[in-house]
Amino acid sequence: MSTVRIPPVLRPAVGGARELSVEGATVGEVLESIYSDHPEVRAQLVTDGGELHRFVNIYLNDEDVRMLDWLDTPVEDRDTLLILPAMAGGASASPAHP
Amino acid sequence: MARSYQELLAEAREVIPEITVAELAESVSADPGTLHIIDVREQSEWDEGYVPGSVHVPRGFLESRIAGVVGPDEPLVLVCAGGHRSLLAGQTLRNMGFSNVSSLVGGFTRWKQSGQDVAVPRTLSGDQRSRYSRHLLIPEVGEAGQLKLLDSKVLMIGAGGLGSPAAYYLAAAGVGTIGLVDDDVVDASNLQRQIIHTTDRVGMLKGESAKIAIEALNPDVQVNVHATRVTRENVLELIAGYDLIVDGADNFPTRYLLADASLMTGTPLVHASILRFEGHASVFMPHDGPCYRCLFPEPPPPALAPSCGEAGVLGVLCGVMGNIQANEAIKVLLGIGDTLAGRLLVYDALGMTFTELKVRRDPNCPACGPDATLEFRDYEAWCAGPHANPVGVST
Ligand SMILES: [Zn+2]
Repeated sequence: MSTVRIPPVLRPAVGGARELSVEGATVGEVLESIYSDHPEVRAQLVTDGGELHRFVNIYLNDEDVRMLDWLDTPVEDRDTLLILPAMAGGASASPAHP
Repeated sequence: MARSYQELLAEAREVIPEITVAELAESVSADPGTLHIIDVREQSEWDEGYVPGSVHVPRGFLESRIAGVVGPDEPLVLVCAGGHRSLLAGQTLRNMGFSNVSSLVGGFTRWKQSGQDVAVPRTLSGDQRSRYSRHLLIPEVGEAGQLKLLDSKVLMIGAGGLGSPAAYYLAAAGVGTIGLVDDDVVDASNLQRQIIHTTDRVGMLKGESAKIAIEALNPDVQVNVHATRVTRENVLELIAGYDLIVDGADNFPTRYLLADASLMTGTPLVHASILRFEGHASVFMPHDGPCYRCLFPEPPPPALAPSCGEAGVLGVLCGVMGNIQANEAIKVLLGIGDTLAGRLLVYDALGMTFTELKVRRDPNCPACGPDATLEFRDYEAWCAGPHANPVGVST
């Protein structure tokens, strides 16, 4: 089982968990396993065409899977997968769109 | 048997050749950089002026520091105020095995009287020496580094959650010019994290409020208040003249605009973002490392990009991440250490973990790749997405 770290914006879709333990031999299998338990995650991360959105980064340990074998990247027990969307927060209370 | 000062000088003269002001001036102009000029006077004398190109090694530190300045076979001329201390210093260096040592007759006094060029060092004032004494003790900063910080100009985007600690610490550190870009006013709900503002300044423009705090903390700092939002039209003008951008923006359009402008102007960008208990930080060095869009080619849709105004943020988290930005900004300005360039730091305040992710330059990056054409997109529309409502209030 690998550990998948869930970013704050996706936690409501997985019942509030910060981490999940997930079966799967590849990055794609791990993600599919999460989708089947938590269909809302698929709705947020995957396009209508079945591709991962470009704004989602998936890291295997400290490496971006775009630099590895993408969804075919093998996942070992005790690996950590991190789902990382960009965050915008930082400054004031002004409306982003006036 | 005791020897007099005059006898010591006479002995030194027998082994240390003396050169005149005219000879030194000619040698420097004929062959600049070959002859090492070592000034052995005290700090207060050096501060009044010195022979251009010389290196200051006070007599009291000569034996311990000379090896780091000049090799034993390189030609060097010693300079003091009148030509005596330099002779005795020369004899010391001869005893240490330096073979090509001479001494300037008449010293710096005669050099100056002869109408030669004189360099005057920029130094910290007495007050600055005291204020920055803990920096001066750090070898990586020291007086030269502190002067560099005082000459540095940092543009802080947002005087809010990240901008409060970042700008406050940069001001304390003596960054000489800080620009604050924020069109918002202080609200009571800001004070849980935006520590540069105060309860009695609620309703004041954030830049003005922060300026009051910074000027009270450090009168060395020039604060420029830019009471505006960052737009396609003004971003290049805002950045012009600044050495570094600290991104404490609260929305994606501004972040992508800054990323492009950083590449266009070659201005380093120190990034952080925050939500609830989680913080991200990195440094983007234009064309020398990955850029923001190598990391995040596209912004997430608003549903996956809630603002802190919607989702909340732990006030203390802003302090941690804003100070990481100040830390990285100082390193970039001084050119020291290993910055977060090429790495994304992910801080989970709830689990108290720091995770480092590798960020690589994307050869197909739409902003910094070889085929990229840099232009400002309509990020407001792009970030809003095809099916999106306005993002609403943030941080
Ligand atoms: Zn890039």
